[in-house]
Amino acid sequence: MKAIPNPGPDQPATALNPWFKEGAIASWPICFGYIPIGLAMGVLASQAEIPVWAVAMMSILVFAGSAQFICVAMLAAGASIWAIIFTTFVVNLRHFLMSSAVAVHLSGLKRRFLSLFAYGITDETFAVNMTHFKKGNWDPLRAITVNQLSNMAWVLSTVFGALLGQFIPTGAFGTDYALTAMFLALLLFQLHDIVYVLTGVTALVIGVAWYLLIPGHSYILGASISAASLGYFCKRYREQRR
Amino acid sequence: MNFFDYFFLFAGMGLVTYIPRWLPLFYLAHKKLPKWLVDWLSLIPVAILCALLAPILFTDQSARSFELGKPEFLVAIPTLLFAVRTKSLGGTVLVGMGLFWLWGLLPFSA
Repeated sequence: MKAIPNPGPDQPATALNPWFKEGAIASWPICFGYIPIGLAMGVLASQAEIPVWAVAMMSILVFAGSAQFICVAMLAAGASIWAIIFTTFVVNLRHFLMSSAVAVHLSGLKRRFLSLFAYGITDETFAVNMTHFKKGNWDPLRAITVNQLSNMAWVLSTVFGALLGQFIPTGAFGTDYALTAMFLALLLFQLHDIVYVLTGVTALVIGVAWYLLIPGHSYILGASISAASLGYFCKRYREQRR
Repeated sequence: MNFFDYFFLFAGMGLVTYIPRWLPLFYLAHKKLPKWLVDWLSLIPVAILCALLAPILFTDQSARSFELGKPEFLVAIPTLLFAVRTKSLGGTVLVGMGLFWLWGLLPFSA
């Protein structure tokens, strides 16, 4: 059963200006959202004594907000490099689903383009591009413009935050709450129906118990995999009863 | 940590971040994932976010013990309400930071 999904609605536009302009307009809310988070991330990094050039290197090589925050927190707590890389893998595994979903709209394109596009898939660029693709007025060039402009905003704001951070005392203006607030907002945007709420509550309960009982950072993987599996069985149970 | 320690760390993080972003686009663009995998993966973001939040909201992280009603949890309530009303990521981050900062300034919270 090899179903081939519908090809993307359009191919790249030939005129240069419209796609860049429309991509830039669509990326504006993302860039605006990245600036405070990027600044906060840069400030935290500089307070954890990570040099400015390392912050730039991290933002360019990783480009993932939550994983970068976690990296800074884990470096500050003295975690090993392998533990940080493993946690990053677990935290960013969610992009697998986003990449699969967006692939439907990018079929038939050159693999070089796809490889560059993959670099810019984040929670926010994915959400914005999928919304536009579903409306039908979107194409790969507009989408990758959103990705790359968001990336630029992220790199610049984290570096600026790192420069600024040397002059700001630790935790000033609630910077130590930026990550938590971002998680809360992203979580809220994800709660599509009761199964998602149930999965979230389960992950909270298991997460607290796992964190209290087992040392280290395994609670992230343990709680999220068990909660998603439980949520999946609830979803199936609901679908079968209908 | 020197240049190579940082480079190794960030290149490793970058690689494990890039592969899940890249693999489905590169290979699965013309195939369909099995429904069970799509369903399961769709629950992963919520589960990960809650797993990350759990100790922040409900435990004392220095003593690694259960704690109910800590400032992180109390500030989370109005922050969530703001997110519900505005649907704004950047705005929610700013409001959360602001409220947490103000809480720290209160006389009884020292």
